[in-house]
Amino acid sequence: MSRIISTLIGPRVPLEELRTHRWHYLTPTFIFMLARVLLLVSIFFPYWHMELEAPQYPDGLFLTAYVNHLTGDVREIDGLNHYIGMRPLGEAAAFERAASVWMIIAMFMLVEGAAFIHSKWATLLAIPAVTFPAGFYADLHYWMRTFGLNLDPEAPLSASVKPFVPTVIGEGGIGQFKTYAEWGQGYWLAVACSVLVVVGFYFHRRAYRPLSLRAKGAT
Amino acid sequence: MKMPIGRNRLPVSLLLATAAGVLLSCVVPDAVAQQEGRRRRGGEQEVKPLNLTPDQVAQLTKVANERKLNVDDLLAAAKTFMPSGRHDEYVLFSSGGQSGQVFAIGVPSMRLLRSISVFTPESWQGYGFAGEHDPVIESLKINGKVVAWGDTHHPALSETKGDYDGEFLFIGDKANARVAVIDLRDWETKQIVKNPLTISDHGAAFVTPNTDYIIEGGQYATVLGYGYAPPSEYKDSYRGMVTMWKFDRMKGRIDESQSFALELPPYWQDLADAGKNASDGFFFINSFNVEMATGGVEKGNPPFEAGASKRDMDYLHIVDWKKAEAAFKAGKFEKINGFPVIKIETSIAEGILYFAPEPKSPHGVDVTPNGKYMVVAGKLDPHVTVYSIDRIKKAIAEKMYSGTDEYGVPILNFDAVKEAQVELGLGPLHTQFDDKGYAYTSLFLDSAVARWTLGGEYDALNDDQPWKLVQKTPVQYNIGHLCAAEGDTVSPDGKYLISMSKWSVDRFLPTGPLLPQNFQLLDIAQPGTTMPVIYDSPIGVGEPHYCQMIKADKLKTWKVYPEVGWNPHTQRLDANAPKKGSEGVVRDGNKVTVNMTAVRSHFSPEHVEINEGDEVTWRITAIETAQDATHGFCIGGYNVNLSLEPGEYVEFRFTADRAGTYPFYCTEFCSALHLEMMGYLHIKPKASAQAGNSPD
Repeated sequence: MSRIISTLIGPRVPLEELRTHRWHYLTPTFIFMLARVLLLVSIFFPYWHMELEAPQYPDGLFLTAYVNHLTGDVREIDGLNHYIGMRPLGEAAAFERAASVWMIIAMFMLVEGAAFIHSKWATLLAIPAVTFPAGFYADLHYWMRTFGLNLDPEAPLSASVKPFVPTVIGEGGIGQFKTYAEWGQGYWLAVACSVLVVVGFYFHRRAYRPLSLRAKGAT
Repeated sequence: MKMPIGRNRLPVSLLLATAAGVLLSCVVPDAVAQQEGRRRRGGEQEVKPLNLTPDQVAQLTKVANERKLNVDDLLAAAKTFMPSGRHDEYVLFSSGGQSGQVFAIGVPSMRLLRSISVFTPESWQGYGFAGEHDPVIESLKINGKVVAWGDTHHPALSETKGDYDGEFLFIGDKANARVAVIDLRDWETKQIVKNPLTISDHGAAFVTPNTDYIIEGGQYATVLGYGYAPPSEYKDSYRGMVTMWKFDRMKGRIDESQSFALELPPYWQDLADAGKNASDGFFFINSFNVEMATGGVEKGNPPFEAGASKRDMDYLHIVDWKKAEAAFKAGKFEKINGFPVIKIETSIAEGILYFAPEPKSPHGVDVTPNGKYMVVAGKLDPHVTVYSIDRIKKAIAEKMYSGTDEYGVPILNFDAVKEAQVELGLGPLHTQFDDKGYAYTSLFLDSAVARWTLGGEYDALNDDQPWKLVQKTPVQYNIGHLCAAEGDTVSPDGKYLISMSKWSVDRFLPTGPLLPQNFQLLDIAQPGTTMPVIYDSPIGVGEPHYCQMIKADKLKTWKVYPEVGWNPHTQRLDANAPKKGSEGVVRDGNKVTVNMTAVRSHFSPEHVEINEGDEVTWRITAIETAQDATHGFCIGGYNVNLSLEPGEYVEFRFTADRAGTYPFYCTEFCSALHLEMMGYLHIKPKASAQAGNSPD
């Protein structure tokens, strides 16, 4: 049992070695730490913005998605959407919004764990954090597509607005509205976290792979 | 085995992370939603300096020639034209005269922005059309009788340290001696107080420099408190008055319990103006008919117009209102019709009231921005007479009297208090000020605006000699009041002047025998040039009297009500306001409560089934939050029409006394499906309701 654990967590660094090459071993730890902090901070920043423009809204309508909630002119947009039979935005991604903060904390701890595992198994722990931005995009796309394609056929404007796939990023349009969507700072922080974790693994491998090989050679 | 690095740090950071997570998931959504900043794409278009090409000049010239415009016309157009979407620099709040309303007009474009209903029910704003027991209608009752019109004369913007603060607007109803309070956050009338002493008034509303009091001066003397006496007892029984309404700014309401009046001789008190700066603590009222003529052409007596104009001098009333307030607080008053009145004897004994002679049946007393001078325009005398507060204070202190009037009020020596007289022309009425040491006086008979110089410290502000007429600009026609930008405050802006011309005669297309008034915009920004009239604006909805012009950026107007379910009568969220999801009809015996919401493009519920004879309380919340997403609500035949502005909650009551099927609908074009925004009120006839076909 302890043998499996020690294989999983990989070799420990000898104290003498650590003293002489401190930065060699601490670099991945610090990069992971930075990545974790960025991911945690991203909770406070918007992940995604959409601006809707139409003649009767000279100031535009805004939608801003955070990982755990939606703000902006949600009420007004819902009001408009009911004409085309789109479900209220609050019904979209309810589980994701409820779970997101906990998911991010879980990823935070997994990445922290990866810093202490000196074997290749550490990469497993980092997969969620690395793929998170892609997952966010996929989820956003899924919900926009689901909402856009499942319009109530009984809605007042069902004759003039047919089911459609809203544009997730970039310029789109629906009815008299032009839409502009772009990533927010929170999303870029998550992307930075993802990149940093990958970079961290370069240093992680550089530091600990020789130790693993040496340990393997010794047995 | 050596200790791995940081092993004993792990549990601590885990703990921290978990704690942070709990905290974050609780706090983040609200905290961040608050900070949400809107990003603008593009933004305001930059206006580049204009440099006309020869081709453009040719185009402009062509249009000007085709439309027979000269260079002055083009300049006037350039000074007043507002491109679409550009906002005016000033808002003019004008009395609406007999319409009983207030008009808000943008300056310099002179576009009517909207009317604000005050003393007259008005259906677009749903003002007075909320069924039976409408609080608006209740507030219009005088001695139990609905008086559903007013003669609005003098608007007064609330002031802080003598400058407009843009929070409230007050206006008097001359016909019925009422004063109204309008909240400038939602531009709606919040309160109407009726003066219990007098039938009609004239000198309302004027505010003290910090809006502690709203001054309501009377005019046509009566027996105070709705009394009766024949004209033969005029001198003994008839009295004038001025009322000081205490304003509670926190509540946004007049506090009638802290208000009081001063009894005055039965002269016809006219307009008032509160002192400021040097004259803070005083207010001034001009008067006419100190002759105390009682008219009676039908009996061979001289008519009022002659009898009241006999003497060369009337009395400028000088009131030390701080002393009056002290006398009121000390209980030195009598109650008339339940309202505290400081008697003339008390005012004399306490040094509250003094008179100064003023020529001749004047119309208006206006205090200069520094508070040092009081300008009385002679009306039947071609001069403005200027009094100085220093001279007045000195004359009071040294008892420089030329006698007393019949009621014992000391009359200050005219020469002792007079600072200057400036001959302007025929029929001087009202005066406003600029920031360059000039005063502007309307000349009714001359149909002109006179610009003249002030003296004293104002002399240094321009090159002209003090107390001199500088120039006159003709206006069309018969100017009454006039109004310069913030021209009656401690800091006038010296821009734009409105001539409130009473007759328009030939200025516009004929509109039948009843013609609009003419609001004319004059450019007074340049001292050296003439003051050209640059715009004529027909006002075809009443005959306004006074107006005030406030810098638009001082107004803190709400774009929509602050919260959904807002009651504008109380200016707070109403617990009774129906919420989305809680709509429905609740019955308690024959009392029925309808809880309704309105949102584009439906009412909920859409069918309301009640019985003939039911007493209905109908509550509607407009659950809209978008600017301008206003709905209406009407029930034909029941005299109900509401304006449901975004977030607004309205309750109305009526007795369903006529059975039938009544469509109700949205009366404000709200959306593409506006026509579909309707429903039915089914009122079952008594017979079928009793037969057990109860709808619920």
